[in-house]
Amino acid sequence: MTDVTATTQELKVVSKGGLVVEDLEVSLTGRGVDVVDDIDLVLAPGEVVGLVGESGSGKTTVGTSLLGYSRAGAFISAGKVLIEDRTSGAVRDVLKLPWKEVRQLRGEEIAYVPQDPASALNPSIRIGKQIVELLELRGIGTAASRLQGARDGLAEVGLPTDDEFLRRYAHQLSGGQVQRVALAMAFLPKPKVLVLDEPTTGLDVTTQKMVLDTMAELCRSHGVSALYVTHDLAVVANIADRVAVMYAGQIAELGPRDAIFANPSHPYTRALLDSIPHLSQARALKGIPGRTPSPGSRPEGCRFNTRCSFVVDACRTTVPELRTIAPDHQVRCLRAGEIGAWDINIGTVPDSDPGKLRDVILSVDGLNVFYGRKQVVHDVTFDLGKGEVVALVGESGSGKTTISRSVGGLHKEWTGTLMFEGRELARSARKRSAEDRRRIQYIFQNPYLSLNPRLTIEQIIRRPMELFGLAKGKNATDRVLELMEQVALGSQMLRYQASRLSGGERQRVAIARALAAEPDVMICDEITSALDVSVQGSIVELLEGLRQSRGISMLFVTHNLALVRSIATRVEILQAGKVVEAGPVVTVMETPHEDYTKKLLSNSPRID
Amino acid sequence: MTATANPPAAAKPKSDSFFRKALRQKRFTFGFTVTLILIAFVLLAPHFAPYGERETAGLPFSKDGVFGTDYLGQDVLSRLMYGGQSILLISVLATALGMVVGILIGVIAAYSGGWWDEVIMRGNDVLLAFPQILLALVVLTAIREPKSWVIIVLVGASHAPRVARVARGVALGIVSRDFVVAAEALGEKRSRVILAEVLPNMTGPLLAEAGLRLTYSIGLVAALGFLGFATDTGAANWGLMMKENQLALSTQPWGVVAPVLMIAIFTIATNLMADGLAQASQKGD
Repeated sequence: MTDVTATTQELKVVSKGGLVVEDLEVSLTGRGVDVVDDIDLVLAPGEVVGLVGESGSGKTTVGTSLLGYSRAGAFISAGKVLIEDRTSGAVRDVLKLPWKEVRQLRGEEIAYVPQDPASALNPSIRIGKQIVELLELRGIGTAASRLQGARDGLAEVGLPTDDEFLRRYAHQLSGGQVQRVALAMAFLPKPKVLVLDEPTTGLDVTTQKMVLDTMAELCRSHGVSALYVTHDLAVVANIADRVAVMYAGQIAELGPRDAIFANPSHPYTRALLDSIPHLSQARALKGIPGRTPSPGSRPEGCRFNTRCSFVVDACRTTVPELRTIAPDHQVRCLRAGEIGAWDINIGTVPDSDPGKLRDVILSVDGLNVFYGRKQVVHDVTFDLGKGEVVALVGESGSGKTTISRSVGGLHKEWTGTLMFEGRELARSARKRSAEDRRRIQYIFQNPYLSLNPRLTIEQIIRRPMELFGLAKGKNATDRVLELMEQVALGSQMLRYQASRLSGGERQRVAIARALAAEPDVMICDEITSALDVSVQGSIVELLEGLRQSRGISMLFVTHNLALVRSIATRVEILQAGKVVEAGPVVTVMETPHEDYTKKLLSNSPRID
Repeated sequence: MTATANPPAAAKPKSDSFFRKALRQKRFTFGFTVTLILIAFVLLAPHFAPYGERETAGLPFSKDGVFGTDYLGQDVLSRLMYGGQSILLISVLATALGMVVGILIGVIAAYSGGWWDEVIMRGNDVLLAFPQILLALVVLTAIREPKSWVIIVLVGASHAPRVARVARGVALGIVSRDFVVAAEALGEKRSRVILAEVLPNMTGPLLAEAGLRLTYSIGLVAALGFLGFATDTGAANWGLMMKENQLALSTQPWGVVAPVLMIAIFTIATNLMADGLAQASQKGD
């Protein structure tokens, strides 16, 4: 490929095994609308670049473009992805190669680790066979040496290499193991570049830490450059050398990790950082108002102007260019340098006072929960005060959701006592009085499943009012509008069907539905884990406001300890269905006694 | 406004947009148009048929008229137009009956779960073991000159267990979703959970199933007619026509071929409709 032109600096990067993206643009087929544009990115050899943004920012699109791939309905309309030819040493443009060579290149030189590895592994082929097959396809090794190659690959990612393990199917591995198998398979053909698309979403902190460490270690030892796509700046803070923040299809800020976290210069980067909870101190979390504009409906001028808190008139008309404000640090903002300094401690608030008097409204005593004959929760005791948030924290399988479902009356195979204002509650919601059902509301983890997609927002929110006889007819509609305003949903959405809303908006509807019943206790089951960090920030902001203004008590189930610090007063750390440590948040997080708590704390990704 | 007034109001805009989505499917539009033309052809018989239903038009098996005459000298075209009425009406009603009963059985089984699910579905399996036409044949041989509703009930009943299986499968994926659990936690009545939360989310696949069942109904009713089981043996009936005129298949084939063609076209059209609906429902959500 001699027709590829590249600057000398780019050539330098490429010749050492790196990758250069130049003016990349991906458009929607037939509409002339670009999904991402003007993307310039350099992956130096051995470097990990974090690509961060909310959902809809185009980060995955950029990630897959590196492999010359775009999803159906979109195509790569301009730009170059430069990489060195292994044999000849010439510079090649991935986007101009014939498809046969692209096919060869994918996996062999540029590898991809998907978000959900469980769906990337074939469920009916044993792990060992899958890895051997990969080596066969890539023509690596001989028939005899491939099995050993598979073992070596697994050993590199810290997995067992015995025959028993090789004979397993994907469903017999844990989530972290599956992800590490995917990593091993990505590394085996010895690629030069690795694209990781949110590979740790949905994993526990401990597993996440393990996968991230493995990845970082392999990149260093093999000199592989990696593009790590994620929505979580906290993860990036721990692994990336450089960070690119994407917004609405463009890079908003790009720079070395330390520069981004010490001196974030784009208002969007700052807003993202403001929405992340800290482990060391409670914060008043803030979300970013509005939602990411979709391709085709992006505003004139700066794309962030509709949500920016530093917006001036010029931002609405002038399109900002990527400007260099410090060595290697570029910002796409007209006002870069004018908006003042940023401090990580902005927004910190005093931790909740552990010595405050508590007025217990709900108490759980000796709770044992069963699924059939299997006991999953053992003798759990805790209570919840009025206007207080108690967090149930643990990794998957710790029983935290099971406890919350039992308390909410959604699971009925349990023993123990559940007292609500001094009265004992029945096991299942159906057996409880309507008044008790009204006063304890449950909010689900996944807003995509918890709202009936065929109903309108109005119907969803007004139903509890009608059911509990709180409001009717016109009054109910007025009340719905009032609640929608409280949860920051525009009144134009009244007649929208739930299927038209984004995840964050859906979760707000779910919260409004709970509020419609005028509850005293809300059980929040991982309600932010399916959402972007920025949306999590605004949901937490909303809940905190509700707690203060209405004195609603909350049972907050989560796996995120940093979030606990900002929202809860008391915390129960759960492991395998038992409470291992409990107490006021400050005490538990400042002076953890149990090893398990310490391990959770040290494995949590943090930016502070 | 009461609570019960809500679900129909909710269903309307959705089914409306679903129909529009379906119209974007070429196969649906085609099938739908052909079906409409056929229905018009049959319904307009009293106005446009050249002869009456039992009117003699000439000699038996002659070539007079468009399709000639049948074994009694009646006009085949006229018989064809009149003969569709009963078959279509019976098929549609039987399908509706089978769908309603089947959906209820399936959804209730899926929603109750556990022990009830087992009992209902195993009972259902026993019914499924019989060939679809057998039940109708057994009853009809015992009755002389059966009323239309007897045939409707028999055909509908033979559909129900088959529909129930499909409905249960679809419902299983929905009853475990959180919004159904949420309705339970609020203490909604079980009937309302089924009608307002579960059923509206099943419309797509169930519409497709209804199209398919309609196809089977037509085949079944025609087969019964061919075997001589019809409400009125003197009246025109596509199935009966095949039987009556098969003697002259070589000399006056239209007496047999015309009703066969009608059934074939109608079956293909309704099948295309069903296919289009299924695709439209997959594209949705």
